[in-house]
Amino acid sequence: MRVVAALSGGVDSAVAAARAVDAGHDVVGVHLALSRSPAANRVGSRGCCTIEDSHDARRVADVLGIPFYIWDLSELFESEVIDDFVSEYALGRTPNPCLRCNEKIKFTAVLDRAVAMGFDAVCTGHYARIVDGPNGRELHRAVDPDKDQSYVLAVLNEEQLSRAMFPLGDTYKADIRTEAANRGLLVADKPDSHDICFVPDGNTAGWLHNRLGDAPGDIIDATTGELVGQHEGAYAFTVGQRRGVGLGRPAADGARRYVVEVDTATSTVMIGPPTLLHIDHISGERARWCGPALTEPTQALVQVRAHGEAVPARIEVDGDVVTALLDDSLRGVAAGQALVIYDDTRVIGSSTINRATRR
Amino acid sequence: MVQTVYLDYAATAPMRPEALAAMTTELATVGNANSLHASGRRARRVVEESREAIAAVLNVQPRDVVFTSGGTEADNLGVKGIYAMRRLKDPNRRRILTSPIEHHAVLDPIESLGESGGADVRYLFADNVGRVDLDWLKVELERDSELIALVCVMWANNEVGTIQRVAEISELCKQFSIPFHCDAVQAVGQLPVDASLVDSLALSGHKVGGPIGVGALVLRPGLNPVPLLHGGGQERDVRSGTLDTPAIAGLAAAIVAANGDMAERTTRVRSLRDDLVERVTGTIENVTRNGDPDDTLPGVANLSFDGCEGDALLLLLDAAGIECSRGSACTAGVPQPSHVLLAMGLDPQTARSSLRFSLGMDSTQADVDRVVEVLPDIVSRARRAGTPRSPKDIK
Repeated sequence: MRVVAALSGGVDSAVAAARAVDAGHDVVGVHLALSRSPAANRVGSRGCCTIEDSHDARRVADVLGIPFYIWDLSELFESEVIDDFVSEYALGRTPNPCLRCNEKIKFTAVLDRAVAMGFDAVCTGHYARIVDGPNGRELHRAVDPDKDQSYVLAVLNEEQLSRAMFPLGDTYKADIRTEAANRGLLVADKPDSHDICFVPDGNTAGWLHNRLGDAPGDIIDATTGELVGQHEGAYAFTVGQRRGVGLGRPAADGARRYVVEVDTATSTVMIGPPTLLHIDHISGERARWCGPALTEPTQALVQVRAHGEAVPARIEVDGDVVTALLDDSLRGVAAGQALVIYDDTRVIGSSTINRATRR
Repeated sequence: MVQTVYLDYAATAPMRPEALAAMTTELATVGNANSLHASGRRARRVVEESREAIAAVLNVQPRDVVFTSGGTEADNLGVKGIYAMRRLKDPNRRRILTSPIEHHAVLDPIESLGESGGADVRYLFADNVGRVDLDWLKVELERDSELIALVCVMWANNEVGTIQRVAEISELCKQFSIPFHCDAVQAVGQLPVDASLVDSLALSGHKVGGPIGVGALVLRPGLNPVPLLHGGGQERDVRSGTLDTPAIAGLAAAIVAANGDMAERTTRVRSLRDDLVERVTGTIENVTRNGDPDDTLPGVANLSFDGCEGDALLLLLDAAGIECSRGSACTAGVPQPSHVLLAMGLDPQTARSSLRFSLGMDSTQADVDRVVEVLPDIVSRARRAGTPRSPKDIK
């Protein structure tokens, strides 16, 4: 097969590309330039897309003996991922930009371009497995539970999965580092990327403040209705958050208080005891299926954040709307995150969480 | 393994055998051209004979030739050195007139002088084939001649090949006694270049079949730019640094050889280039040529492929063994739409769809035939890749 290997400059994509080469594919390395001003955040950045990263990616391609190119997708990344990220926060929701990037950039823009140019597949260093099942291609969790990224890939449909290649899904991260070192890849010891790639210093609230400005409002105790403080922008708060609320004094009963509701329309942040965070009824929109769509009510597992437990729930689907009725309640589920539905290790599909309530 | 078809001479040309021979001889020989002993004198003789050979080709005196580390240094020394010299003599001379189609080796030092050197930078206009508007230059010179430090216009453009009216610019500048710096990096070896027309002329070794890492600034007698590099003062106190005897020998051998076969070689290269342009534009729809079709470098063909991204074309051509160029600089590794094409009035989309093929000494009819053979399929693939599904179409 002719394969485009996305090379971020990190260790995972490097080993993924190396494995694609070993498998006998005709591989071309492509570094995606996603940031608008790569030079601006070259030093000390913890994200991807820096000058150093594109240099590292080039050196990986050299070691593997494959051609290397940089594709500039910064305009599309800005409009499809960053703008969406900002507008979702402005609505008081907590989006997952990695998921969005996989959906719109890596497995749509990049994949479409690659296919048009005569390539058969896009290879990435994601930790997930693609398995040929009885009903076509299936997306499964990686064997390494700590690194599993099936959650952020749960937006890929069968067509996209048929052209995706994830060579790392069967391996533990520690072994990937060893393999990278054995292959002579200089990125073997490079730290993992964390946080959000376009927020170079990791300070999401500060980054959002630069984009959205001041939107001061009240912090209100949800149980008493009492005004307990002020904030500079409701968008900076996420349901379930405890730290950084900035209250000068504890609750009367001394209990910890959490953000339980964010309303950007009225610029109000509600706080309350953890009991108010317990929900068992999640509804989501924009259903996406990684194989055959669910039509009948089904008992399955659901995961509501990138690094969370999967919990049992009954799933009901009505067109584009997915409802999950949880067997047991969960705490702190934020709108904007993905509700990913699993059958054991297999990803059935996902939807974007609209509302989480208590039955 | 696919056969490589190298059509990127304007980026760098293969070394001419004459240059390689001259250089390898010198590389194996010891001698600092500024040493007083026999080895030093021997090296010095090679340097001076090289200087004389280059001066003869360019119609100047040997003492006018200052060796540098390449075209970029020569342009920087010409631009910054003459600007500083002029301001030292008259602090009011802050203005630099330049064209929007210059190479970055000229544009960037000028921009830097504008940002932190007190320069007042004025850009001239280029027309839709990339020729600098001389009426505008005349207006600027007449209006404010006492404020102008220097004029910088290139001899021939590296991206589209358009040749500028150097003799007329030279006349105008002489009329107002304004120094004229000319970047002739692409012109030397491709056209007869009379360096005595200008006050300061930059050239580079590797564009004429010499080595990378050597060039020269040719200065009118009496014009002494403020140095960029201070030290031993080896090059008439305008440029310091131990003379690179092997590279200088290679540079001279290449320039002399290129001058010797210029008529025959450029006639052949021009006809190959014309054949390429004619057959590509004749067989593929919506391909347009950029630049002046007549007053142009013999080997350069800049073509826009409507609906394509230049980097998609490059990838596919590369896979087929054909090496050409976007013809524009990269910013942080990311190709930007060419400032030259934008200055010629192309929209960013069209500018991004452009490729530069540049032919040279060893180019063959088989090279052109290969491009004509594979390009239609590559363009249709790149056109499909250039118009992906809008993400909005995907739920």
